[in-house]
Amino acid sequence: MSERSIIGKQSVPRLAPHMRLRFDDARESWTIQAPERSFLLDQVAHAIVSRCDGAASVGAIVDSLCVMVPDAPRDMIERDVTALIQNFIDKSVMVQ
Amino acid sequence: MTKIDPPMALLAELTHRCPLRCPYCSNPLDLERAANEMRTEEWLRALGEAAAIGCMQVHFSGGEPTVRRDLEDLVAGATKAGLYTNLITSGVLLDAARLKALAEAGLEHVQLSFQDSEREIGNRIGGYAGGHEKKIAVAALVRETGLPLTANFVVHRQNLHHLEAMLEMAVRIGAHRVEIANVQYYGWALKNRAALMPSREQLEQMTAIVTGARERLKGVLTIDYVVPDYYARRPKSCMGGWGRRFLNISPSGKVLPCHAAESITSLTFDNVRQRGLADIWRDSEAFNRFRGTEWMPEPCKSCDRREIDWGGCRCQAFAITGDAARTDPACGLSNDHERLVSIAAGEADAEMDGFVYRQFGNAQKLLPQSARPHSE
Repeated sequence: MSERSIIGKQSVPRLAPHMRLRFDDARESWTIQAPERSFLLDQVAHAIVSRCDGAASVGAIVDSLCVMVPDAPRDMIERDVTALIQNFIDKSVMVQ
Repeated sequence: MTKIDPPMALLAELTHRCPLRCPYCSNPLDLERAANEMRTEEWLRALGEAAAIGCMQVHFSGGEPTVRRDLEDLVAGATKAGLYTNLITSGVLLDAARLKALAEAGLEHVQLSFQDSEREIGNRIGGYAGGHEKKIAVAALVRETGLPLTANFVVHRQNLHHLEAMLEMAVRIGAHRVEIANVQYYGWALKNRAALMPSREQLEQMTAIVTGARERLKGVLTIDYVVPDYYARRPKSCMGGWGRRFLNISPSGKVLPCHAAESITSLTFDNVRQRGLADIWRDSEAFNRFRGTEWMPEPCKSCDRREIDWGGCRCQAFAITGDAARTDPACGLSNDHERLVSIAAGEADAEMDGFVYRQFGNAQKLLPQSARPHSE
């Protein structure tokens, strides 16, 4: 770990070790538990994060979401997916 | 009626015993004796109740939480209850076997405190010979155990010139995250304020260093920075609002909206030994006293930031003005703000560097008047 990691279509993101994806009953929401912080995930964020399994590439995740929401333009989905994952990588919540 | 959300996290202060004697300790001056600490089964019950009312994380803290020999059992209990577990420790009592046992019990993160990037200053501030060296070794053990590590540096006038070195050190020891926390002035820190307070210029230099490092170390090191609010224009959103997101349980079971709340002597706090946590969170007088915005005086009440900073810090209002319901003096709109800034500037210039160390029996002591560092 010495420099910022930038994602592309071929990147294969996953949660960093010790980040926990958990459903929280009290809030009826998916969350990521991280050291000293919690991220509440809305439906879109959960759809993206739950696909970051260390096997699927960013391109494959976008494909899968395009099938799920056929009405949304692909470039918009790609932009949202990339932004969310890059943000989590910058916060060390995800790695690739 | 103020809407009550479930709490996010519990700070479990298992004990006030600690081998270190940091003069900025956030524990109350009136330290709890070991005989009054809650027993294992009492803590386990409290942890279960915390999870049940919506806490997602527990931070095991103190004092030094590893002096409790039942820490592994408490970590296991918290994990079973579904809580994400974090250990906030000085590290000096840890070894490889204990870390392994804690990890096996489900521990998910370690936050290790350092008093400086350099041995000599670090050990003087912590008041514990050999502590710094031990902490460096424990950081390596934490990483070998496979646990993620946060390095915590409390910064103040006597170590802030090492800020760059602290950030470098955090990367070098393999920390994923670093906390650079300016001293907040309650309890022991308030007593030692004249020995710790930085000047406004020093603060500005620090902020510039942190801003640069955040950009440079994106994705490498997460930097959390806690600013000292005496020089602020607007107050901090203390605890994200009183009784909104966090609760704290003291070693003897007192349930507090924050770890410094006992300094507000006009409030009384319920004890989890006598009353259920759900009940305390929702209905206790202390939690409801400053919840939401209805309690606020002007200028807070009509301020467009009232649901951003939630009126700032009640403990600070009490410490500076004697009235916990006043506007936080850290706010530039407070009538007490000018006085706060002049206290800070005066103390920053006074060069009184001797400490009253945090230990049983020192609560009544006054700061040494000499400018020379206190040596022991």
